[in-house]
Parts: sequence; C-alpha cells; structure tokens
Amino acid sequence: MEAFFAMGKYAAYVWPAYGASLVGLGLAIGLTLAAYARAKSRLAALESGK
Amino acid sequence: MASIFEFANPKRFMNLSGTVLPWLAAASALTIIVGLYLGFTAPPDYQQGDTVRIMFIHVPAAWVAMMCYGLMAIASLLGLVNRHPLADVAAKSAAPLGALFTALALITGSLWGKPMWGAYWVWDARLTSFLLLLFLYLGYIALWNAIEDETRAARAAAILALVGVVNLPIIEFSVDWWNTLHQGESIIRSGGPLISAVFLWPLGLMAVGYTTLFFTLWMIRIRTEIINRRARALQLGIA
Repeated sequence: MEAFFAMGKYAAYVWPAYGASLVGLGLAIGLTLAAYARAKSRLAALESGK
Repeated sequence: MASIFEFANPKRFMNLSGTVLPWLAAASALTIIVGLYLGFTAPPDYQQGDTVRIMFIHVPAAWVAMMCYGLMAIASLLGLVNRHPLADVAAKSAAPLGALFTALALITGSLWGKPMWGAYWVWDARLTSFLLLLFLYLGYIALWNAIEDETRAARAAAILALVGVVNLPIIEFSVDWWNTLHQGESIIRSGGPLISAVFLWPLGLMAVGYTTLFFTLWMIRIRTEIINRRARALQLGIA
C-alpha cells in the first residue's frame, strides 16, 4: 500500500495531477447540476404561481 | 442534414437529451471507474516510471479541450449563418467546459513535465499553442459577458470562436512542424499505436469517459439555458 502511494518516488507529481483533475471535474459537475436544479425550480415556480 | 436541424429544435432537444442523458452519464462513470482501475494497476513505464499514470488524465483532457473547441466553432457557424435558436446556446454552454479541460490538460501536463523534462513549463510550440487555446476560451466567455444584448453578444463571440479555429491545426501539427519537446502522435498513426496494450486500455477508457462526461455536462448546461430562457419569457409575459 505504501509503495502504491509513493508512486515510485513520483508521488509529488502524480497525486496533485489526479487531485487537480478531481477538484476541477467535481466542481464542474457540482456547479452544472446546481444551476440545472435552480433553473428547473425557477420555471416550476413561474408555471404554477403565474 | 434534416436530422441535425430537427435535433436543433429546442423542444425536440429537451425530449431527446432527456432520454440520452442517463445513459451517457452511466457510460461516463463506468468507463472512468474501469479506466482508473486499469490505470493504477498497470505496471510503471520503463522510461516514465509511475508518471505514465498522469498520461491517462492528461491526454483525454487535451483531446476533449480540442474537440470542444471544434464543436463550439461549428455551433457558432450555425448560429451565425443559419440563425439557429439552439446553436448560440450550444456554443455558449460549451465554452466554460472547454476552458476547464484545457486548464486540466495544462496542469497535468506541467506536473508530468517537471519530473520528465525537468521543467514545469517550456515555451514550446505545442504548449504555447495550447495556452493560446485557454486564452481563446477565456476571451470568448469574457466577450459574452461584456455585451448586454444577447444577439449581438452571440454574433461577436461566434466570430471570435471562428477566428480561433486556426489554432486547432496549429496545436495538432505543432509536434510535426516544429522541433518541439512534446512527443509526437503515438496512438492514432499509420502502422498502429506505438504504446503497449497495458497503457492503451486505460488511456482509451479514460478518453471515452472524459468525452462522455463532457457531452453529459454540455447537454445539461444547454438544458439549463433553455429552461432559463423559457422562464425569462414567462416572466416578461411573452409566453
């Protein structure tokens, strides 16, 4: 397990690369879904409330 | 061509994308999970060591970044020439995703470059043209935000997107045209791929995963924009 995390002495490069990708894509997914949900509830409120 | 234009009808787009979305999202999740598993269980490369694993997220990000620009340019052209209601929305919705994938390709590339080339950054043709791609995306987004009138903003942004298309072949062929540090094409080439199957599989799966993730997010963003426009029309009492 330790050898896995050490990434053959390249841990300082491999993990930040994966970390940045995870954060970037995670943010994109989160923000996209949040905006989608907001838009849907806004339209639903307009359509029901008039 | 008829099918494309039918798909470009907002109502039909909502129906079609609603059906496709869950499958696309599932395909993306599955290929990324299997791709990551294969990527982390593959042996270290004999030259790159464990940094080869950065390739599995670097190459797909770069590929999606370029494909996204191509799609954005096509949508811009359709918006400009055919005045299609959905084309401008599609182009506008793609840009932030393209900027993100470009940034990820640059970040992961520089984290690979430091241990392998000895520098996070070099002003090499491939890297510089890719940095220009990021600026094109950011300029496109800024232009949309700078012009109040939506029709005029769409037109100006579309022209910028089309002018920027010249950068795509420059990125693609930079490794052949100039003597660059960045390696040449090793996957899609005559004579077959140059890389071993243990690396080709995780790379291929991650490429499919990233591509389907992009299309999933793009579709949701287009749907969001359509819903928002409908809400705005309702608010103004047009609909």
